[in-house]
Amino acid sequence: MAWWNQESLEKNSILLLIGILIVVAIGGLFELVPLFMMKSTIERVQGMRPYTPLELAGRNIYVREGCYNCHSQMIRTLRAEIERYGHYSLAAESMYDHPFQWGSKRTGPDLARLGNKYSDEWHRDHMIDPRAVVPASIMPGYPWLAANELNYEYIGEDLWANQMVGVPYSDEMITLAKSDLQTQTNPDAEDIAAFEQRYPKVAIRDFDGDPGRITEMDALIAYMQMLGTLIDFKLYDEKANLR
Amino acid sequence: MNAEDAMSFAGTWWLLLLVAGFAVVLVYALWPKNKKKFDEAARIPLEDDDDGGQSVEVDELSGAETTGHEWDGLKELNNPLPKWWLWTFYVTVIWSLAYFMLYPAWPWFGGATKGLLGWSSRQEVTQELASLRAEQKTYWDNLSQIGLEEIRSNPELLQFAMASGGAAFGDNCAPCHGSGAAGAKGYPNLNDDDWLWGGSLDEIHQSILVGIRSVHDDTRDNEMPAFGRDEILDQTQILNVAGYSRSLSGLETPSADLSAGKELYAEQCVACHGEDGKGNTELGSPDLTNNLWLYGGDLPDVIETLTISRKGVMPAWDGRLDPPVIKALAVYVHSLGGGV
Amino acid sequence: MDQAKYLRFGEGLTAIALGLGLLLMIVIAANAQDGVMEFHAYLMAAAAFAGVAAIINRYLSRAESNETASPTNYNLGVVKLATFFTVFWGLAGFIAGEVLALQLAYPALNFDIPWISFGRLRPVHTSAVIFAFGGNALLATSLYVVQRTSHARIAGDIAPWFVVWGYNLFIVLAATGYMLGVTQSKEYAEPEWYVDLWLTIVWVTYLLVYLATLAKRREPHIYVANWFFLAFIITVAMLHVVNNLAVPVSIYSTKSYIVWGGVQDALTQWWYAHNAVGFFLTAGFLGIMYYFVPKRADRPIYSYRLSVIHFWSLVFLYIWAGPHHLFYTALPDWAQTLGMTFSVMLWMPSWGGMINGLMTLSGAWDKLRTDPVLRMMVVSIAFYGMSTFEGPLLSVKAVNSLSHYTDWTIGHVHSGALGWVAFISFGAVYCLVPWLWQKKELYSLKLVNWHFWIATLGIVLYITAMWVSGILQGLMWRAYDTLGFLEYSFIESVEAMHPFYVIRAIGGALFLIGNLIMIYNLWRTVRGGEAMESRAAVLQQQPAE
Repeated sequence: MAWWNQESLEKNSILLLIGILIVVAIGGLFELVPLFMMKSTIERVQGMRPYTPLELAGRNIYVREGCYNCHSQMIRTLRAEIERYGHYSLAAESMYDHPFQWGSKRTGPDLARLGNKYSDEWHRDHMIDPRAVVPASIMPGYPWLAANELNYEYIGEDLWANQMVGVPYSDEMITLAKSDLQTQTNPDAEDIAAFEQRYPKVAIRDFDGDPGRITEMDALIAYMQMLGTLIDFKLYDEKANLR
Repeated sequence: MNAEDAMSFAGTWWLLLLVAGFAVVLVYALWPKNKKKFDEAARIPLEDDDDGGQSVEVDELSGAETTGHEWDGLKELNNPLPKWWLWTFYVTVIWSLAYFMLYPAWPWFGGATKGLLGWSSRQEVTQELASLRAEQKTYWDNLSQIGLEEIRSNPELLQFAMASGGAAFGDNCAPCHGSGAAGAKGYPNLNDDDWLWGGSLDEIHQSILVGIRSVHDDTRDNEMPAFGRDEILDQTQILNVAGYSRSLSGLETPSADLSAGKELYAEQCVACHGEDGKGNTELGSPDLTNNLWLYGGDLPDVIETLTISRKGVMPAWDGRLDPPVIKALAVYVHSLGGGV
Repeated sequence: MDQAKYLRFGEGLTAIALGLGLLLMIVIAANAQDGVMEFHAYLMAAAAFAGVAAIINRYLSRAESNETASPTNYNLGVVKLATFFTVFWGLAGFIAGEVLALQLAYPALNFDIPWISFGRLRPVHTSAVIFAFGGNALLATSLYVVQRTSHARIAGDIAPWFVVWGYNLFIVLAATGYMLGVTQSKEYAEPEWYVDLWLTIVWVTYLLVYLATLAKRREPHIYVANWFFLAFIITVAMLHVVNNLAVPVSIYSTKSYIVWGGVQDALTQWWYAHNAVGFFLTAGFLGIMYYFVPKRADRPIYSYRLSVIHFWSLVFLYIWAGPHHLFYTALPDWAQTLGMTFSVMLWMPSWGGMINGLMTLSGAWDKLRTDPVLRMMVVSIAFYGMSTFEGPLLSVKAVNSLSHYTDWTIGHVHSGALGWVAFISFGAVYCLVPWLWQKKELYSLKLVNWHFWIATLGIVLYITAMWVSGILQGLMWRAYDTLGFLEYSFIESVEAMHPFYVIRAIGGALFLIGNLIMIYNLWRTVRGGEAMESRAAVLQQQPAE
């Protein structure tokens, strides 16, 4: 017990400040820094790709509406959870999520493997009025998503900003962001093949039942329909990634 | 001994050294002979002032000394640390040190300390699920290998299948089909006898497996024309056909010309819905005579169906649920009252 | 030297900075990529304009009145302003919370209106109660305590006012942003990049003002409350900056992308958010406790030695606890172990504050019968003890596997937030208002009593409802039938929650009623009441500088 050091810290506010700063920095250094440096933190997987512009726009709506306040996107390594929701979530599956949306509360169910679980139409009906399809639901309705046209004027900037923080968008993807967004809702578009090459396993269709318009509902459903679908777990090597 | 061995040794056994070191410090600090030295140290803040500790007072009510400092009338007593507090603190530290030794804990070069137990949360849950499967192995094997009809006629297997199917139904099927499987507009009622794609065990199983208009390669699919949107029929014609279709279920549509509707029906609808209007489960075309309407039997609903068509999607569960679970679901759904 | 006729350096500098800010905001508004950026830019421009106007007005009225010297008494104006905001935002935050509670019980109350839908309103509530209510309480008390314990006027002329007004502008930007859909959706760090930048400027000013005031102190030893305030200020700065590092899409857009992603963002987020609890809601409010409890009880702090040990062990250990929000997730096992063990080790250091606070009452326990303000503060310490036991308990992985994602966490949060943070703040405000407005005493101690009992009943209803619903959820989610299959579907657990959501809303309503009683009491105190002449004289006394 270094009483004498306490004494000098107690009599000098700058020393006290520095002392506190050093002490509080230690925990962060030990926990955060290794997480970036250890390769095993992100599992070796096949199939992960960045969000398409439409999916990213949909994710931004998810963030905007605060969906994470009630929904998690993280299946834990617990038996009941795996049986209910599917394979436990890998760190790799959210590696391009800036910010992460693992959530901390399940007022509603976990959404980590929501992709292709329900139809587009169900999502539309559910988002507009949850109780129309799930009578006991306490989720708010989001009818404005079907009414609002998607504002994607600056979607290229969104991809650029993601590129800046490490998501592997190519410059070509950034340039083509707007047209890629339109392509994804139009199965008759011209450059489908090139688009699919840029974003493997992408779903191309009208999502909101209103083919003439690209609405916020299109974007959100496009995002929800790909959640948890990118990795083929039959090919995933469990033993190599036990951590 | 190579570098890896050295790292692994350092990673695990240094923790033991840490615990030993902590124990040594603890013993040193509490050794009776050292008590005086520490008591003196505790008095340093009291005596550091220029007045050599003379502003130290004694609090009347408790008999304890103050530290001799005062701020806005506030003072501090120099009571010692409560023993129970200190000892509980030590216990939590010792417990933590033990935990560090046994479980993965400290980030280290080339990884993290693995702990003596070699435990991993992912491995634990994987093993738990595997051993569970092993326990129920006979059931799962039977479910996989035995045909659906046989499962239904074997009481033990049936019970198992119903439990499995029921559990899977709650979190996968109920959001669309309803907790009681009664469905809603656009989401089929599984309790009745009306099956678009057939209500036998095998047919139900296939629907669950590949879905309808799903992303699965082998999905069930059909295409009802959008008579209005694609300008095959005009509004009057649609009204008449709608009226005739409804009449097949005994519903009246005063505004429709039924005989004109019947003619149009023969031209446009018979191929899928059949001359008798009973539909065709191989094509997934509905029975129009049973007054069960997936998208509503009111005139506006039927007109809408004819105008823009309906392309309801049922997801495919192949790949998302294990094969025996899908079979169990087929048995479960079939048993809901309407299975053929 | 006669300074009255001249604009002071600080005033001039601030006015110029605000003027430049005003111009920048207009440029941004003109080029804004979304409606909210335009709105916020105009809002900031208006605030900058108001600031310049206030400075000019200040100068002019000073020139007219021919004041000669700078004031040397305590600056209680900023404390009064922050105290007002504490009460104001408290009410707003509690009402928002009550609306949320009712929405969970009756979802029709979302009314299909985007701005008040649950997902957007929840951060309004959390920011309002933590940062607006709690933050202003910390500003008011820390600026008061640092002056009184240093026996010196707060440092700076404009700076302290800038801190309080600037901080509340941050609150307005954050809250309006959330409702309009501008959020990062990082818990307790929802404000977007430009709002974060503004807060950083305000916060740095706060730190400098605080340190400069401490530097003027008479007693060379720094009082323990100020260690806690200082730890709170500097640690929050560190956490805020690191967690919010982001790349904006454009200077004209509200949208940005956090530098961290996935699991690394998860740990950075909870390193931040757990220590928002640890340093904002714990260390900061312990600072409040360490001044107001001995002051009101008129007793010395129980143990200086305990202060030292528990202070350092608390600020060291708290930082490591972040991973306890991420058990069984994709965070590596080693990090989860550290989170659990350090959270458990944190138990006694936290209780050090409880012991010091409660034992300070020894020799004055009888005051609990007669002084409801003191009683409220002591009960807050008891709730603090309870929460800082429940925390380590919930940090044990086995327990957490049941409690995570459930209402139990909510119950835990609110026993700490309502029982500890709110009650100690109310106690401090009840002490401060008569002193600041120079009244002999509160308008009515009886009303404080009513407040105390009604609010306590509300808290008890709230937390017991959440304990039951949370544990019920956790158990239902992992319940198996005899054959080993999941017993309940998720929606069945939602249905089971309803009665508890109703009880929780009732508890919250009681807490809110107590708060309204407090507001009435304070209003009557400020508006009427016997002036405290001798006290006023004490407060006006020139501190030695």
